[in-house]
Amino acid sequence: MSADPRFDRPGPDDVFNAALAEGRFRLQRCRVCGAMRCPPGLVCLACGSPDLAWVAVSGAGEVYATTTVRAREGDYNVAIVALAEGPRMMSRVEGLAPEAVAIGMKVMARIAPEPEPHVVFKPVEHQP
Amino acid sequence: MTALRGQVAVVGIGNTRRWNAPGRTPFDQAQEAAILALEDCGLGLKDVDGLFCAISSSGLPVLNMAEKLGIRPRHADGTMVGGASFLFHLQAAVSALAHGLCDVALIVYGSNQLSAGGRLVSMPDPQPYEAPYRPRYPISSYALAASRHMHTYGTTREQLAEVALSARAWANLNPDAFARGPLTRDAVLGARMISDPLSKADCCLVTDGGAALVLTRADRAMDMKAAPVYVLGTGTAVSHRQIAAMPDLATTAAVESGQRAYAAAGLGPRDIDHVMVYDAFTITTLMFLEDLGFCAKGEGGPYIASGAIAPDGSLPVNTNGGGLSCNHPGMYGLFTLVEAVAQLRGICGARQVAGCEVALAHANGGVLSSQATAILGSAATL
Ligand SMILES: [Zn+2]
Repeated sequence: MSADPRFDRPGPDDVFNAALAEGRFRLQRCRVCGAMRCPPGLVCLACGSPDLAWVAVSGAGEVYATTTVRAREGDYNVAIVALAEGPRMMSRVEGLAPEAVAIGMKVMARIAPEPEPHVVFKPVEHQP
Repeated sequence: MTALRGQVAVVGIGNTRRWNAPGRTPFDQAQEAAILALEDCGLGLKDVDGLFCAISSSGLPVLNMAEKLGIRPRHADGTMVGGASFLFHLQAAVSALAHGLCDVALIVYGSNQLSAGGRLVSMPDPQPYEAPYRPRYPISSYALAASRHMHTYGTTREQLAEVALSARAWANLNPDAFARGPLTRDAVLGARMISDPLSKADCCLVTDGGAALVLTRADRAMDMKAAPVYVLGTGTAVSHRQIAAMPDLATTAAVESGQRAYAAAGLGPRDIDHVMVYDAFTITTLMFLEDLGFCAKGEGGPYIASGAIAPDGSLPVNTNGGGLSCNHPGMYGLFTLVEAVAQLRGICGARQVAGCEVALAHANGGVLSSQATAILGSAATL
C-alpha cells in the first residue's frame, strides 16, 4: 500500500507561507461547495471535503472585532478581519491610531515583510 | 433526563486555600488537596482507582500524580482543554463510575502560578496564525469578544464594572478570599487599560492553589462522612482554539453545554438556586449568564447592572468571590465545583445561600474555546 496520492502535495502551512514570501496572499477554496478556509488545512470547514484548491484572495475585508493592546513600547491594534470571501483571520489594521480602528471599517490587505511575511490591513479611502 | 442522573455523588472536597505559597510545586498543592478531599469523606488513597488530572505545566500529569500519591489507578483521564478540563473530567468520571470502570474517582489540580512568578512555564501550544500580531494571551482574545458583545448588544464598561463589584462584595463575605476589602466603581473604571475594552480590574487574580473532588456511585455515597452531593447532569462543548475561529464572538458554546446539562438533569435555569460561572474576565460572567439562560441574550449588561448577582440580588453568582476576587490559580474550573458542593452542604457561613438545593457550575477553557456545565443537587432533588 502506498500513501493516498490526494495528500501528496506539500502541507498547507508551507504552501501558504511560500506564497506570502512571493508576495501573494492565497487561501484554499473547496471544489465541492465553494467555501474558503483560513487558516489553511486539509478539509473544507463547511462540508468536510478534502478537495481544496489554492486561489488568490482579493484582500478586501471588514473589521469584525478589534482591541488596542497597551504596551510600554507603544500601543498597537489587534483585529479580527472578515475577508470578502468569507473566512475570518487575526490581523492588525495599520495607518491610523489603534483605538480608531472600528468594527465595520472596510479594509484592504497588504503583505508586511518583517520579521516573517504576514498579512496586515489598512482602511480603504472611501468608507461607505 | 438521562439514566445517569443522580447515579454518582461528590463525597469529598479539598481546597488548600493557599493562594500565595512559595516553596510549593503545583503537584504539592494538588497532593495536599487530594489528601484533604479523601479525609473529608473518610476514604484513603488505597481506595482511589480512578484518577482525573490536568496541570498547566505538565504534559503527563496523571503519571506524575499517581506516582506521587502512590496509587495505581485502573482508570485515568488527563483530558486538557484549559480551565474547563475538570468539568470534562467530572463528566468522564460519572460515566466511568456508572459503568464500573472505577469505584472511587479523584479529580485533582494544583498550581503555583503566583509564587512561581516569572518562572511560570506556559503551555507549549504555539499559534502561528496569531503570533505575528502579538495579541496578549489570553486577554486580547477576550477583549476581542468583548468588543463584539459591546458592538452587537450595546454592553458598556460600566456594566462590566458591576461584575467586578459584585464579585468583591461576595469575597468580602468569604474569609478565605484572596482579594478582600472595599472596591469602588471609580477604582474599577479607572484601572489601567490592558487590552481595550478590558482593564486590570476586568481580569481575574493570579494566585496559587489546589483543589480536589472525590466521587463514588450513589449507593456507596451514603456511607461517607459528609452528606453526598449528587451529579444531576453534565454537558460539554468544544468550539475552537483561536479566537478568530470562534463562530460568533458574542455567543459562547456554553449555550450547547448548558442545554446538554439541563436536559440531562431534567431542569432549567429557573430551578437553579446557586450559580458558579468561570469569571476569567468580567465579560465571561456576563456572557455565560446569558448563554446559560439566566437572562435573555444581549441583556446581560442591564441584568447585572440591576444588582441581580450581588449578595442581596435575585441570583447568587460566584459566591466565593470568583476568579476575580477569591482565587485564580492558572486554571480555576475545579473551584466552581468545590464552592457549589460547599453551598449544597450548607457550610458557607456568611455567604451561605439559604435553601440551596440545586447548584450550577460552569467552566471555560482556552479563549472561550471549551465549555462545560454541571448541575449538582442535594438528596432532596433525586
Ligand atoms: Zn466544502
